Amino acid sequence: MANVLAFAEQRGGELRRAALEAVTAARGVADSARGEVHALLFGAAGIGASAAKLAAHGADVVFVCEDAAFEHYNPEAIAATVAGRLGTGEYRAAFFVASAQGRDLAPRVAAKLKVPLASDVTEFSVAGDAVHVKHPGYTGKVIQSFKLTGSPAVISLRPGAVLPRENPKPGRTENIQSPVPGPQSRVRVTATVRAEGAKLDLGEAPVIISGGRGLKEAGNFKLVEDLASAFGNAAVGATRAVTDDGWRPHSDQIGQTGRLVSPQLYIACGISGAIQHLAGMRTSKTIVAINRDKEAPIFKIADYGIVGDVLEILPVLTAAVKEAKKGA
Amino acid sequence: MKIAVLIKRVPDMDVRFKIAPPGTGIDESGLKFDISDFDGYAVEAALQIKEKQADPAASEVVVISLGPDVVQETLRKAMSMGADRAVQLKHDAPLHDPYVIAGALAAELKTGTYDLIMFGRKSIDTANEATGTIAAERLGLPVITALSKLEIDGTTLKMRRELEGAYELVECAMPAVVTIDEGIARPRYPSLKGIMAAKKKPLEVKPAQVGEERYKLEKMELPPERAAGRIIGEGKDAVPELVRLLKEEAKVL
Repeated sequence: MANVLAFAEQRGGELRRAALEAVTAARGVADSARGEVHALLFGAAGIGASAAKLAAHGADVVFVCEDAAFEHYNPEAIAATVAGRLGTGEYRAAFFVASAQGRDLAPRVAAKLKVPLASDVTEFSVAGDAVHVKHPGYTGKVIQSFKLTGSPAVISLRPGAVLPRENPKPGRTENIQSPVPGPQSRVRVTATVRAEGAKLDLGEAPVIISGGRGLKEAGNFKLVEDLASAFGNAAVGATRAVTDDGWRPHSDQIGQTGRLVSPQLYIACGISGAIQHLAGMRTSKTIVAINRDKEAPIFKIADYGIVGDVLEILPVLTAAVKEAKKGA
Repeated sequence: MKIAVLIKRVPDMDVRFKIAPPGTGIDESGLKFDISDFDGYAVEAALQIKEKQADPAASEVVVISLGPDVVQETLRKAMSMGADRAVQLKHDAPLHDPYVIAGALAAELKTGTYDLIMFGRKSIDTANEATGTIAAERLGLPVITALSKLEIDGTTLKMRRELEGAYELVECAMPAVVTIDEGIARPRYPSLKGIMAAKKKPLEVKPAQVGEERYKLEKMELPPERAAGRIIGEGKDAVPELVRLLKEEAKVL
């Protein structure tokens, strides 16, 4: 029997979309290997209530590790617990999602078990002894194909590479304890501070509205936020020029040195499309660009482009999206 | 304070890459190379820590790079910024498995007694974002990743990590391994004096201790081109058509 492990990320007691993506990916592999999906969920008291949602997406078993020490991310205790579970010999693979937390955790777990790791994976197949993956490199300009040998395989998926899919399973819960008591961790997260602004962040949202210098001043980001609210399921992103100027927090930056995103819909507002920026969003499913300069490189990769003044177009688009959502 | 900074030589990304036969590497002809972005931030952060010490001359910043002899140029660049000495872990064939790369780096790091070991959070070419963390695990040291801020209070590191729409404040005692995100420091340009001084700084060459790779590169290819972009109109009059396409064609609204 070959079971598959899925790491279920949460923050502040709420499951992250990454958790559902990991469970969905694990389900596919477990089905072809005739094994079970085991999700691992860490959090403060009460986190066990989230197990039902993991079961709804295909977890046969949810291991719940509730501890006051998991109020904040506790990388050492969580990595030791995941590695302990994954090292039992019953697993073929473990799935993480390459969010800020997953990128921190997956290499810790792989190193503890001395097994190879595939990072930021956009496509994968698990067949017999080999795992094949694709991983964009060189700022997305080169696709690298790797073969990973050794078991269990640790795979960290690019956010959005696998869409969460419901596939209800019993989701039997089992409570477990961390072999490293939280307070003994050498690395202590003392606070998790949520940025102000949009309800959904770049890791969660299927739609991303992004703004660049074409917005002219920080205050005009309000127009981008308004469009995001009209969608209701959108997060706000920014270019490096804009985060460097302090118009938006650094964590909003999409690009080569910022977040790598693959939303269903990406709307670039007043963004010319510098290579630095394209590297972070070129794998989005549908791209819309609004820019004054019709020669801007963003139009080369945009499925739909509108040439014009973004400050004039955004309010009209926001009103139209509101109207369309009303009818839906 | 003794600090090691691990740096990688990478091509300038502002080009259209070509794949070289037999299809497992890029064609490097005509490309410019430099320190990988995040590694440059790590070098700068290390130099600033050294400069803030009561007696900077008593501190040392050592830069280490794994690769063929061309990485010496990258090490000299870091020394021209201000690093004190360099170590090349010589290995001519390209390596791809972060576990193996981290092993070779850890073997060298073990021989020094560093208070702080710094990596860029990822290299800008292969972009696995794993080597620093795996090296730390192999050294048995704590590791904190993707730092946008790093302060030292006595022997304690006080740090900030950016998350999606949030950030974490983290503390850890030294010795420790950290990986550096953007936002921490803009790398300085080497001065002429720095460039001259770097030529005389020690650069030691040692064979890299390389294990067998279990994460093997099989193919490199250029991504499929996106269908050519389509401009659907000008100004706000194009909005109704955009909304129609988002609904009916892209089905995202």
